[in-house]
Amino acid sequence: MFDFKSAAQREKRRFLLRAWVAGCLVLAAFALIGMRLWVLQVQEHEGLSQRADRNRTAIVPIAPRRGEILSRNGDVLARNYLSYTLDVVPAEVGNMDEMLENLSKVISLSPQTIRRFKRRVLDAGRYSEVMLRNDLTDIEGAYFAAQAFRFPGVKLKARWVRQYPQGVSAAHVVGYVGRISEADLAALDASGQIGNYRGTDIIGKLGVERSWEQTLHGTTGIESVEVTARGEPMRILHRVDPEPGKDLILSIDMRLQRVAEQAFEGRRGALVAIDPQNGQILAYVSHPAFDPNLFVGGIDHESWKELNESQDVPMLNRPLSGTYPIGSTYKPFVALAALELGKRDAKTKFYDPGYFELANQRFRNAGSVAYGHVDMHRSLVVSSDTYYYSLAPEIGIDALHDFMKPFGFGQLTGIDLVGERTGVLPSTEWKKKTFRKPEQQRWFGGETVSAIIGQGYNAFTIMQLAQATSVLANGGKYFRPHLVMATRDRHGNVETVTSSEPMHVIDIKPQHLKTVHQALADVTKVGTARKAFAGIPYTAAGKTGTAQLFNLKGGKYRRDEIDERLRDHSLFMGFAPVENPTIALAVLVENGGWGGEAAAPIARKVMDAWLLQNDQGAVSSGATP
Amino acid sequence: MISIFNALMRFIRSIDWPLMLLLLVLSSMGLLVLHSAVGGTDWRYADQSRYFVYALIIMWVVAMVPLEWIRKLSWLIYVVGLVLLIGVELFGDTSKGATRWLDLGFVRIQPSELMKIALPMTVAWYFYRREGKTAWYDYFVVLGFILVPFILIVRQPDLGTALLVAFSGFFVMYFAGLSFKLLIPAAVIGTIALSSIIIYQEELCQPDVDWVVMHDYQKGRVCTLLDPTRDPLGKGFHTIQSTIAVGSGGMYGRGYMNGTQAQLDFIPERTTDFIFAVFAEEFGLFGGLSLLLLFSLLIARGLYIASQANDTYGRLLGGSLAMMVFIYVFVNIGMVIGILPVVGVPLPLFSYGGTALLTLSVAFGLMMSISSSHPVPKQGKSHPG
Repeated sequence: MFDFKSAAQREKRRFLLRAWVAGCLVLAAFALIGMRLWVLQVQEHEGLSQRADRNRTAIVPIAPRRGEILSRNGDVLARNYLSYTLDVVPAEVGNMDEMLENLSKVISLSPQTIRRFKRRVLDAGRYSEVMLRNDLTDIEGAYFAAQAFRFPGVKLKARWVRQYPQGVSAAHVVGYVGRISEADLAALDASGQIGNYRGTDIIGKLGVERSWEQTLHGTTGIESVEVTARGEPMRILHRVDPEPGKDLILSIDMRLQRVAEQAFEGRRGALVAIDPQNGQILAYVSHPAFDPNLFVGGIDHESWKELNESQDVPMLNRPLSGTYPIGSTYKPFVALAALELGKRDAKTKFYDPGYFELANQRFRNAGSVAYGHVDMHRSLVVSSDTYYYSLAPEIGIDALHDFMKPFGFGQLTGIDLVGERTGVLPSTEWKKKTFRKPEQQRWFGGETVSAIIGQGYNAFTIMQLAQATSVLANGGKYFRPHLVMATRDRHGNVETVTSSEPMHVIDIKPQHLKTVHQALADVTKVGTARKAFAGIPYTAAGKTGTAQLFNLKGGKYRRDEIDERLRDHSLFMGFAPVENPTIALAVLVENGGWGGEAAAPIARKVMDAWLLQNDQGAVSSGATP
Repeated sequence: MISIFNALMRFIRSIDWPLMLLLLVLSSMGLLVLHSAVGGTDWRYADQSRYFVYALIIMWVVAMVPLEWIRKLSWLIYVVGLVLLIGVELFGDTSKGATRWLDLGFVRIQPSELMKIALPMTVAWYFYRREGKTAWYDYFVVLGFILVPFILIVRQPDLGTALLVAFSGFFVMYFAGLSFKLLIPAAVIGTIALSSIIIYQEELCQPDVDWVVMHDYQKGRVCTLLDPTRDPLGKGFHTIQSTIAVGSGGMYGRGYMNGTQAQLDFIPERTTDFIFAVFAEEFGLFGGLSLLLLFSLLIARGLYIASQANDTYGRLLGGSLAMMVFIYVFVNIGMVIGILPVVGVPLPLFSYGGTALLTLSVAFGLMMSISSSHPVPKQGKSHPG
């Protein structure tokens, strides 16, 4: 009992000692503050006080004008226009509520506008100009101007507002700007950019507007303004001009873009067309899309609800964030793998009875057709699944993975947009990492069989397929795909921002490449895409594909019996002209069914537009530096 | 009748009146200064008055809870806090920069704020459990308690709050008897490092010098502290204007609502983090020193309550909470007068904002719970002091 008590006593005494030490620390720290206060308020008082009196200079930030966004042919995709706004300096308004009530009799002010305004006043402070309403019509502006004397502290101003003249077209490329949010502020703070955003109230939220924010924004200027004792500006003492943001020139060809978008009318899907010689993206479709103009002044509740709840998900950036098993469009790459890895000779004939058996499991051709004797050329032209099934045990999943990786399958392509998804390029290692239970971690031979025809675990973006097609078209050069090809400053100096050097080059034997190219050329002549490409005056190479949504397990696929939204996705990859490709593309039509039917005709229209009715030569020599 | 009387007595007994008096004086001053900072009456003033009423109620409620219950709940609150922090990590939208809030569907909460209270509670609870058999490795266990939330909050990223949370745990370790042999060398090294940075700032702040341990933006903040003119649109602007405001206050101040710096909008964030600049400009050196005196009394009362607690848990928790008040005051005022970097730490009871006040009201409620727990004798055992 006594021991316990003394231990407790000791404990208590130790705490007391430590509390005293802590108290001394507090006193020392406060003494330091006191000393500093003494220095500032007594020793330097005179100087600082004079500075405060003279410090009627306010540092006013001057927001730079945001850069425009143009297509390669000069169409304006994003620009700024002057709009009338009403700005309020709260300190100069007598009774805020009274003023708002009187003003609403002159100019329409919704309760929401007033609520938002009050919130902004809270953030900005009483002496700064806070926007009350934007986009006043000329008539409203005139009404207010006539009565302005009744509203001290309320000013009619003109300010730059972002506008997207092309509307829905290329919306997923351009993106949109919106009001700077708390989260944006925190991010700007973390990157040390916040000073440069004083005086700016919008920031890129999506698309190129977001990924090229720094270039578009420019540098904020400073104006030192002398103010009177009541805070009114008197004269400008010193000024550093803002540096306007640079314009962006996209590699997108708006004519091609529109052709592609029209081709998708009434359907959902994605298309990416790339110039295989340099990685420039010529068309980038995610259909349906949204109107970016809705977002500029803050989107209203109804439109937001409509966009978000639509079954067609117009806000989804399909080429970047949709991942699919790409079906037979994978076969050209697998054929090349078989040749390069020395697993199969192009001339070797293989007998296709319509199915392939592995470990008592039977894998069938689509539609259970038997193609008979098939060599590599014919396997691509008729799209024999069995030919590729038979390659599965010979190549093996890991060798397949290693061959496909440099083409960009299951990798980030590095395109200059935010939100790209990686997808999955399966391998034994991937499966080990992804699954928890040991029995799920094992790789089965049958899984290689599905993977090798582009089904199974494969999940690639259309961006990746387009990029791989471009690499296949140009013979192995991997260029980083990009949307912005140049910037232009206010003096009109154009500066190329992308490298003309490939990031890496895949070593492919010319004769192997030729085998695959020739087979793909025959696909559009006599193969699965012959209908769509009938009568083209140029040469085109391509491959159709179908991404399965339903596992049919050998049963018959009866399209008319399946709900439209559960039908397979239709795919096409291709490039043209075959000898010297200037366009490579990948197309996905959601629930479009068979590849030759929905996706290939769209590819045909885009290739026609690029190669035929084309002032392309003139344009690219004009815009490409 | 008697039961009502008893309830009233319990209610009165649950309040520590000296602490209450100090809080009332400081809050009244806070409201007064806020009134000037917003330039008269507006909704922020009304908001803050309402927040103070809520805070008072919350404080009383916490004060009425027996300390024993609080002690037993400590680890549970800590675990909940950790789960919420992990929730922020997983479900917070980190792509847009810092994410501190977690939306639970019906309410948005800031788990790092909860941790400021939950961590010292848990560490105090741990030492209470190990009382009498504390060994060296206990300090490592506690270090783990501190590091987990610290790392989670740093990743948000919010280094300022993470450091405050770490401090709250560290103070418990200190009061629990962390050896001075460790503390003194750490303090000496820290002082030497700081002074060498100040002496060699010119060379260190060259743009091509890589600081290895810090991000570029963090380096920027430290360099801005050393020479505010290098970033006149950003954080440096705050420091320049706030020191001018404080200095122009002089001995007696410019008078209530007469500070030109404050009234003409030169002091940024003058209702929140920089409210001390408004106060110092209008009330001068005397005002500033009086405020320091009041805060010293508040901290002293906190330490006294802790020293009178009837168990280790109350002592450690009370001591840590008192020192947290000190850290807030010191870091905030230090930042305003330009001796510490600009970090987002509010001045307790002065800065506008409900979240910080909520945390404070819980902290002071806990102190009162500690203070009302000590006069109850534990089965007739006598208590010294």
